Amino acid sequence: MAATETPRVGIGLPNANSLFRRRRPGFLAETVLRYGVLVGISALYLFPFVVVLATSFKPADEIFSLPPRLGSDRWTIDNYRAAIDAMPFGRYLFNTALISSVTVVGQLLSSSIVAYSLAKIRWRGRDALLLLIVATMMLPPQVTMIPVYIGWSKLGLTGTYWPLLIPQFFGSAFFIFMLRQFFRGIPEELLDAARVEGATDLRIYWSVVLPLARPALVAMSIFAFMWAWTDFLLPLIYINDPEQYTLSIGLYSFFSEHGVEWGALMAAATLMSLPLILVFLVGQRQFVRGIALTGIK
Amino acid sequence: MTHRSVLRGLLFASPWIVGFVIFQLVPIVASAYFSLTNFNLFQDPQFVGLRNYQRLAGDELFWKSLTNTLYLTVIGVPVSLTAALCAALALNMRVRGQSLFRLFVFLPTVVPVVAATYIWRWLLNAQYGYVNQALGTVGLGQPLWLDDPFWTKPALILMSLWVTGSAMVVFLAALQDVPDMYYEAAVIDGAGPWAKFRYVTLPLISPVILFETIIASIFTLQYFTQAFLLGQTRLNAASGGPENSLLVYGLYVFQQAFVNLNMGYASAMAWVLLFVALAGTFVLLRVSRNRVFYGGD
Repeated sequence: MAATETPRVGIGLPNANSLFRRRRPGFLAETVLRYGVLVGISALYLFPFVVVLATSFKPADEIFSLPPRLGSDRWTIDNYRAAIDAMPFGRYLFNTALISSVTVVGQLLSSSIVAYSLAKIRWRGRDALLLLIVATMMLPPQVTMIPVYIGWSKLGLTGTYWPLLIPQFFGSAFFIFMLRQFFRGIPEELLDAARVEGATDLRIYWSVVLPLARPALVAMSIFAFMWAWTDFLLPLIYINDPEQYTLSIGLYSFFSEHGVEWGALMAAATLMSLPLILVFLVGQRQFVRGIALTGIK
Repeated sequence: MTHRSVLRGLLFASPWIVGFVIFQLVPIVASAYFSLTNFNLFQDPQFVGLRNYQRLAGDELFWKSLTNTLYLTVIGVPVSLTAALCAALALNMRVRGQSLFRLFVFLPTVVPVVAATYIWRWLLNAQYGYVNQALGTVGLGQPLWLDDPFWTKPALILMSLWVTGSAMVVFLAALQDVPDMYYEAAVIDGAGPWAKFRYVTLPLISPVILFETIIASIFTLQYFTQAFLLGQTRLNAASGGPENSLLVYGLYVFQQAFVNLNMGYASAMAWVLLFVALAGTFVLLRVSRNRVFYGGD
């Protein structure tokens, strides 16, 4: 799924023979049909992006036109200016990046070491623990959300980032499961070689398993980063001070106050999505692999 | 030796175990207790026995929210998984530029949920939105997606079709695992495309379909953000949309807990949700027992 694998000029037609094991009658019609289906589906999925971009670059008076039209004679970046003026975008960006980065670091350290225990240390009770970890994924967050909130509130830490950050250092069931699946594929012989030389488990974890598991760690980091970046419910519950808003909460409050300013809203939505789309384009191979490893996004 | 390995295993797994106790086990017990109390965060919990559960039985909004969430689960999950499977089948066709088409279909899935929901509020705008524009062009009705209580949930399902990327990737991985020889054998037996899909593909990927159905159903039972933002009118209102048609279960729990500060009542709701999720999973596994094919190897 690499973006760089763009189709060559003359999409398939001249060299289509090589694509099929045998050349059947009607293969040209079939090729055309295949492309027709794929282009149609892609258009459906991409069209909203086109609308968002077009709306975000249109002057306010052209946005509400009947019938709606995509084009404009007066493209402008005013909406982006308006969005950035109306909310401290840089501040939100910094807050969100901070929370997302700490989340990635916390999950990298904690989930990987637990996954090591489940995949590479042979001990009684390990399968039971794995089962428990997987079972917690089914627990509706609503069950724990209220007591956890009360706990943070008793500690006087609501209204700070701590309730969002501290739990990240205790591992997450999903990431542990994902890394464990990958760790299991690392050949035992490599670990045995290190053991013969007297390396401790901590050493093997750090110097043998982690370097070999880089693709999985990258995938996990992308997931953790994206989830933290887009999280809505937790910041909504814990953050009150506009100075501390994340992009999600910032956009939410912006919509609450400027509901009908679609141009500025679409500009803000674009700015908020752009970093994630970039992260995804760079790391998409690992990202997709992570989904395939676990079956979940 | 086994003693020491257990100790080592537990030590390496300790981050998750500690986190589980603090953030899940204790909260679960606390939540069960709170569900038997009146608790508004500022005074000590007052034990009321099963009164919260009795009140739930007579609470119209509770039933409304449960119905809304079940609607999304029973109708929305099959619809969006079918769409994801169709997309996966199309994207599994061998053509040049295949990876690029896959990228296009996956891209919406990385858009932050807040941005994506506002994008759809604009697309679904009854008057200026492109969805109704397109429906009008082909001569179909133009529903008031966000104002007509009948259409708000279909609007949510429509939105979910845009972000089926992760299920699509999982199905794609499953499709690629189907050995070519089965198709070749089917062709020799005179099977057409539909017969190949029905008698080869579908049975072989049925475990993945079951798994995705369970995961998607669990996530849908916890549904919150999209409904919250689609029904949003002003800051912190936690509106249920027109005639509470968007008051999904997670949203009602949020209203009770964090808007009305009925922590005890909300905890009782969370426990009902847990039982619904467990019962639903059990039913799914039971019903699918004879319909899912676990390969002989």
